[in-house]
Amino acid sequence: MTEMFSLAFMQRALIAAALIGITAPAVGIYLVQRRQALMGDGIGHVALTGVGLGFIFQTSPVWMAVLVCILAAIVMELVRARGNNRGDIALAMLFYGGMACGRMLISKSPAASGASGSLDSYLWGSILAVDTADLVTIAALGAIVVAVTLGLRRQLFAVCQDEEFARVTGIPVRLLNLLLAVMAAVTVTVAMRVVGLLLVSAMMVVPVAAAQLLTRSFVATQALSIGLGVAVSLGGVAGSYQFDVPPGSAIVLLAIAVFAVFSAIAAPLAGLRHRSAAGAGGTAGPGVCDVVLPDQDGSRAGDPLGSPGLAQ
Amino acid sequence: MSSVISRTGEAVEADSGPAQHPGPARRSLPASAAPVAASADAPATVPMAAPAAVPATAPKAAPTAVPVRLRGAVASLGGRPVLRGIDLTVRPGEVVALLGANGSGKSTTVKTVIGSVPLEHGALELFGMPYAKFRSWHRIGYVPQRTTAASGVPATVREVVSTGRLPQHRLLPFRRKDRAAVDRALDAVGMLDRAEDGVAALSGGQHQRVLIARALVGTPDLLIMDEPMAGVDAASQQVLADTLRREVERGAAVLLVLHELGPLEPLIDRAVVLRDGCVAHDGPPPPNTGQHALPGHDHVHPHTDDHLTTPGLLA
Repeated sequence: MTEMFSLAFMQRALIAAALIGITAPAVGIYLVQRRQALMGDGIGHVALTGVGLGFIFQTSPVWMAVLVCILAAIVMELVRARGNNRGDIALAMLFYGGMACGRMLISKSPAASGASGSLDSYLWGSILAVDTADLVTIAALGAIVVAVTLGLRRQLFAVCQDEEFARVTGIPVRLLNLLLAVMAAVTVTVAMRVVGLLLVSAMMVVPVAAAQLLTRSFVATQALSIGLGVAVSLGGVAGSYQFDVPPGSAIVLLAIAVFAVFSAIAAPLAGLRHRSAAGAGGTAGPGVCDVVLPDQDGSRAGDPLGSPGLAQ
Repeated sequence: MSSVISRTGEAVEADSGPAQHPGPARRSLPASAAPVAASADAPATVPMAAPAAVPATAPKAAPTAVPVRLRGAVASLGGRPVLRGIDLTVRPGEVVALLGANGSGKSTTVKTVIGSVPLEHGALELFGMPYAKFRSWHRIGYVPQRTTAASGVPATVREVVSTGRLPQHRLLPFRRKDRAAVDRALDAVGMLDRAEDGVAALSGGQHQRVLIARALVGTPDLLIMDEPMAGVDAASQQVLADTLRREVERGAAVLLVLHELGPLEPLIDRAVVLRDGCVAHDGPPPPNTGQHALPGHDHVHPHTDDHLTTPGLLA
């Protein structure tokens, strides 16, 4: 079990996984809050076009994907901001077009024969192949994303909670929306190497979905989802080493398992918390109804409307 | 108090704008004018007047700039014309009710005032500044029309109300005086004891009170409320009316979208009635406005029960 910590590629894999575990939920929580949980998925599809362009021009696929994803995220944000009824159709076109375009570009790339193998590494992640340069890229981009999403927490929370109200407070809503879209795009491309484009959205959504089963406040949800993100990322990578399974799948399935466990314990835990709060503060009412109803015949005398409650 | 300083600063800025009408003489509002006459059956657990909620800023320098001046507003939603040339003025310290049937353009008018719906023609001035140049958003407290509480992620009452403080602290950390302002606003609407509860667990009336606290937290000079009484139980209506009266006494101007005057009637200085995107009446509140005049209107008084709807929703 411990020998994996002495292997250089495993050390790099674990560090990369931890960085994604922090970054993805930090952005994802705002997307979930705005009920755009699948936006990361859409960006992931479009990222494939960026990877394809990287192959065609023989440049870094990751940086090409960053560029294409940022453009796509800005387009998506503009479509969303217009409140267009056909917005979902427009986004669907973008997603499928991005996926198909990426596959086609890769097939036409000079290194087409070898590329299909490395295409797989972008679709499903290749965390064990992360080298030091990759790690530096992931750390730098991740640091920017975390700085923005945690530093502007109150502003982004306000925008995602109630965009119209946020506009009336005078904060730059459009700028913050674009910033969030760009951060989501950067996160997708950063997480691409770890869990793969097809599962990237899971790391942005599942830890948040699991955390919010147990929390009442936004701050606690954000903290817990980041903690869960790190835990399942490290656990998934370690498990993949131990049981020889793909790390991306292991991370996502572990996160979903945590979600399932949290779902099961959420209701009993809430009941427990409610009871302890009632015991401490005495704010809750009695456990059973102890109200004595007035005599039905006499109580109506002063009520001109008869029984308005029932009338409705 | 930072709010005094900032307001004074704003008053200077506002004075540099074009000269405006002075506001009407403030109608004195006897505190005894209980807006909900049948409040005797309101639960005693609801705190009524909370003295701490009124900041001791005493006599406020009379702001001379007109909070809202909308001229010939034309706007459409999805290609359908909704406003066909609305004139609307809210003077300092004035309480104006926007009335009219569903679809008459009340909410759209409010949304043009806050800039959510763009004007196709016409002009909008806020506190004497053209809309494009207006930056003093902290002077406006906005309460949107809302029936559901939560977003996709849990949030506490305090977290939601704190977003109303963004114009004050901006990029700076949330400090003690910001927290105190949130406490005051929550206290004013009787929700301080629920501050750490999740908004998803609140009733419609409690949620409305939270949204009002969020608008009050920056001590605005203009409150804009879209159907504040919709879906609100009688206890919350009472709290809301009391809160609004204190804000008016403090000197705030209020623009209210209402389906009918209801318990807020004694507070209202002027009513603007819209019909098909045009102003049909602008003057003293007409008796029996809104849906009361229409045949078949079922007038059912709101009850203390949270689950019951108000007449505004039934109509």
